[in-house]
Amino acid sequence: MTPASTTDAAAGEAPVNREAEARARRERVLSWAMPAATMIAAIALWEWWVRAYDIPHYLIPAPSRILATLVADGPSLAGSAWFTVRLTIMALALAVVGGVTLGAVFALSRPIEMSLFPFAVILQVTPVVAIAPLILIYAQSTFAALLICAWIVAFFPILSGTVVGLRSADHNLRDLFTLYRATPWQRLRYLLAPSALPFFMASLKVAGGLSLIGAVVAEFVAGTTGRNTGLASRIIESSYRNEIPRMFAALVLVSALGIAIFALTAWASRRVLGHWHESEIRRET
Amino acid sequence: MGRPLIRMDRVRKWFGEGTLAVDDMTMAIDEGEFVSFLGPSGCGKSTALRMIAGLLPVTAGTIGIEPGAGRTEHDLGFVFQEPTLMPWATAFDNVYLPLRVAGVGRAEAAPRVDAALAEVGLSRFAGAWPRQLSGGMKMRVSIARAMVTRPRILLMDEPFAALDEMTRMKLNNDVLRLWAEHGLTVIFVTHSVFESVYLSTRVLVMAARPGRVAADLAIASPWPRDDGFRNAPDYAAQCRMVSDALKSTLDDARIDH
Repeated sequence: MTPASTTDAAAGEAPVNREAEARARRERVLSWAMPAATMIAAIALWEWWVRAYDIPHYLIPAPSRILATLVADGPSLAGSAWFTVRLTIMALALAVVGGVTLGAVFALSRPIEMSLFPFAVILQVTPVVAIAPLILIYAQSTFAALLICAWIVAFFPILSGTVVGLRSADHNLRDLFTLYRATPWQRLRYLLAPSALPFFMASLKVAGGLSLIGAVVAEFVAGTTGRNTGLASRIIESSYRNEIPRMFAALVLVSALGIAIFALTAWASRRVLGHWHESEIRRET
Repeated sequence: MGRPLIRMDRVRKWFGEGTLAVDDMTMAIDEGEFVSFLGPSGCGKSTALRMIAGLLPVTAGTIGIEPGAGRTEHDLGFVFQEPTLMPWATAFDNVYLPLRVAGVGRAEAAPRVDAALAEVGLSRFAGAWPRQLSGGMKMRVSIARAMVTRPRILLMDEPFAALDEMTRMKLNNDVLRLWAEHGLTVIFVTHSVFESVYLSTRVLVMAARPGRVAADLAIASPWPRDDGFRNAPDYAAQCRMVSDALKSTLDDARIDH
């Protein structure tokens, strides 16, 4: 057994231990195969259980029936899914714009932070479900109201991540920028922003999930029905009509959406930080 | 020689919490000297260096640096105790930073950055990320960054304290070479007697609580100095002299170590 190789690039690529390489490949395959296998096994068990015990589909539908519903109701569900996707992405985008802007202002000015931070905290700690009815009254359209609700939920992580990140720059590096008489803009561009990036990416992962939750919860509270509505409304409608398989189908789509958002933000984080930040570097073992 | 290049006149530094870090420090350094600030931790040597660099304001007294002929963007290079590299930038971009901040375009800066990296023996590593470099190599990048503006004065704050002995000796020789080739004036903060004697034309021994200059010792040993010098009787004698001066400051302060 050889100890872990150091990161000394001077030594160049040492002759690679074949056994270790094979083990690494095996682990890579397993990291996909094992969760996939358990997932398939769980679904198979569900299918078998529903069939074996004749569970009525209006209580718990079998996976095959859920799939059939997904196919049959595809067009109408797709429209709702698209509505939820739009709502989620717009909320996340606005949260990023607002959170980063306000975060930068906070990081640059303590007095402004002290004056405004309580508002941000109030916005964060008050459950969105409790504010939503008011927002529904004041907002111009339902879509705007839903957007505001989802935005409130996603905004705070971005704000706090940005503030902490912008303050996290190494003190000696700050001194270096002072020594070379960097302008505030150069300091922000070359030092503070890159230092904040790991914190920002972490908050983006959190906010991505939260914006979807916000979009779904807001729609539940609004109780919107009709043609131009999202997946949450499909779930409510189906529950009124006792269409349990359809509820599951919509639920599957919401989950898929959440997974897609998580995968996307995780991928973005790896892309941006992969070559330098500890959190995303794959260590050679 | 004319006027000294760097002067400190009755400089005093109080920190906010009520510590007198530097008390009444007066000294002058001529162009071309290699001066070490030697002392125990807490003697204000790093504080003095940071004040000279303009990174800390003085509480009282004055610090003067003779204005240069304006031949470089920056007359001061600074090397920190840690390599202090930006982890998100390659070795090249780290060294390019001072020029970038000074508004020099990438294409124009490239030959100078390459030359600075070549001077510390890292030509092949321009594209390497800091995490791929060893401690000694990171420190070399840090030195290249300090040298890329062609400064007249190089300030070094215990730069090699965290490195192993072999790497430290190699880097000592590199610094001496840069000093001789570029006609630099160097202030080198260290707590190692051996390092200060090996490198310096003059050692300022500093005492702690409050920080002050306790002794000003010229190291008259001939140049150039190389690894042979480390075994010379002269080196041992100089080390003893400096070590005695350092010891007497410790006895004066009656600090337990």
